[in-house]
Amino acid sequence: MRSQDTSPGRKSNRRQFLGDLLKTACGVGLFGLGLGLYSQRASSVPAWAIRPPGAIDEQDFLGACIRCGLCVRDCPFDMLFLAEVGQDLPTGTPYFIARDKACEMCEDIPCVVACPTNALSHDLKDINKARMGLAVLADHESCIAFQGLRCEVCYQICPIKDEAITLERQHNERSGKHALFIPVVHSERCTGCGKCEEACILEQAAIKVLPMRLAKGELGRHYRLGWEEKARAGGSLVTPDIEHRYNLPEGMRYELQGRGLIQGEEAPAPLSAPLETLKRGVEP
Amino acid sequence: MTRTNPTATIGARRSWLQRHRWLLWRRLSQLGILALFLLGPLAGVWLVKGNLSSSLTLDWLPLTDPHLLAQVLLTGQVPEMTAFIGALIVILFYLLVGGRVFCSWVCPVNLITDLAAWVRRRLNLKANVQLSRSTRYWVLGLTLVLAAGTGTLVWELFNPVSLLHRGLIFGMGLAWTILLGVFLFDLLVAKHGWCGRLCPVGAFYSLLAFKSLLRVSAARREACDDCMDCFEVCPEPQVIRPALKGAGKGLSPVILDINCTNCGRCIDVCDREVFEFGGRFSRATSDNKGRIGAGSGGSRAAEARAARVG
Repeated sequence: MRSQDTSPGRKSNRRQFLGDLLKTACGVGLFGLGLGLYSQRASSVPAWAIRPPGAIDEQDFLGACIRCGLCVRDCPFDMLFLAEVGQDLPTGTPYFIARDKACEMCEDIPCVVACPTNALSHDLKDINKARMGLAVLADHESCIAFQGLRCEVCYQICPIKDEAITLERQHNERSGKHALFIPVVHSERCTGCGKCEEACILEQAAIKVLPMRLAKGELGRHYRLGWEEKARAGGSLVTPDIEHRYNLPEGMRYELQGRGLIQGEEAPAPLSAPLETLKRGVEP
Repeated sequence: MTRTNPTATIGARRSWLQRHRWLLWRRLSQLGILALFLLGPLAGVWLVKGNLSSSLTLDWLPLTDPHLLAQVLLTGQVPEMTAFIGALIVILFYLLVGGRVFCSWVCPVNLITDLAAWVRRRLNLKANVQLSRSTRYWVLGLTLVLAAGTGTLVWELFNPVSLLHRGLIFGMGLAWTILLGVFLFDLLVAKHGWCGRLCPVGAFYSLLAFKSLLRVSAARREACDDCMDCFEVCPEPQVIRPALKGAGKGLSPVILDINCTNCGRCIDVCDREVFEFGGRFSRATSDNKGRIGAGSGGSRAAEARAARVG
């Protein structure tokens, strides 16, 4: 509040006051603009950093998470960390690196219980419903299952065994007589805990947990799969195809095997025709 | 510090311990709180978990930074009830003892800015960019606008308070660069620049001090010999004048400004022992009648009559 006097100095006081006000507003505004732009750059999360279970959508997460680290403290396996200044993800937010130490999927989910702000959603009661990310068999060339070797480590260690990762048999073209046991991840069951990536026997894991946004493709919303629609509707939704018919002049027919249009001739036996042709070609 | 006032000899009677009493208590509080947080990660004794943004003490007492909670709400997120309870406890506590008690008794950045102020005095550095003390309320507004506008806690990317506290407990990374910046800013650019002019955390807490009970009072203000030591050492010197020199205007001897951090340095440095901790409604030793409020016009005349000094 300014002084209430009505002396001649009052006007210049007011002018000075407004000038100062404007200066401060501009300075603070510029500072804010800088911070805002910096935050745009600093809010991306790299692929190697996985959020704890129950983490809400990343944009919302950055509004809800107050970076207190209580999730980190209540994790019994010490695999959660808070991002530090200089790292590639928003300062102070929790993450883990699956390759170093994966989520052990505690049934009571202590990290979620500890979160005071619902950045880790308390709606998550069943750890099997967590979607921290999605395991992706990223490199088919180095994964030794594709060489026909029985590794299966990712399959064996998966906490939702035989559901999140299954082994699919394929023919081994190299040996010609063996099978390949290919690990296949199923997104409807994979929690993204990262045990498979942690356990992968390669120098660099062939199977990696990626944030959902990087791991998943998405069909265009207008796409419909005909067979599914047909099954749902109980029958074809389009007019059935009409059987094709040639409208040729009388006494003519068309041969698809290569002779084309044929005039006034009996149709030959379909199987013998190519043989006859070959024989004729051999004769001198 | 050299002084030329004739009463300098009085100080000789007070020991170093007496002249640093509240400063030592304050350091004990700041470092003690930090130690409580560090006891878990360093020694495995989990009395307190989390950090100043949100913590859980003895597994039952939640505390949450209300400034941060306000930002979360502005982003449109709905926190758990524990966060609200935690913030409520913090708010009630600071309503009682004065919001900026956080700044001088809890905040770890205070150690850095106090160091800068001390070096400044020692080296007699005079360079000082004039920044209005109200700038912090603009920055406070900015933190709220940024949260509402971007939907994310933008301020937390820069906030030196949480960067330092979290850094000490969870890992510093490059956060020290920002804190070095704060130190150099206070040392070379603006006196008491960060805590006294820019920090929105302190600005937020100051808003909780408008009716707080714990106050420093210039109870024996008639003994003041104008040595200016208190003004020199005070991080918010503008708060002292009305209380110390307001006797003539009938103002209360209690420092009522919301930006007094209750650090008690004025009590320490005053050789005439003018200041003391007291309640909001304490009176000067010379004032015998009339309850003194923050400029309650009706009682002013009576107070003026009661005041001898001036």
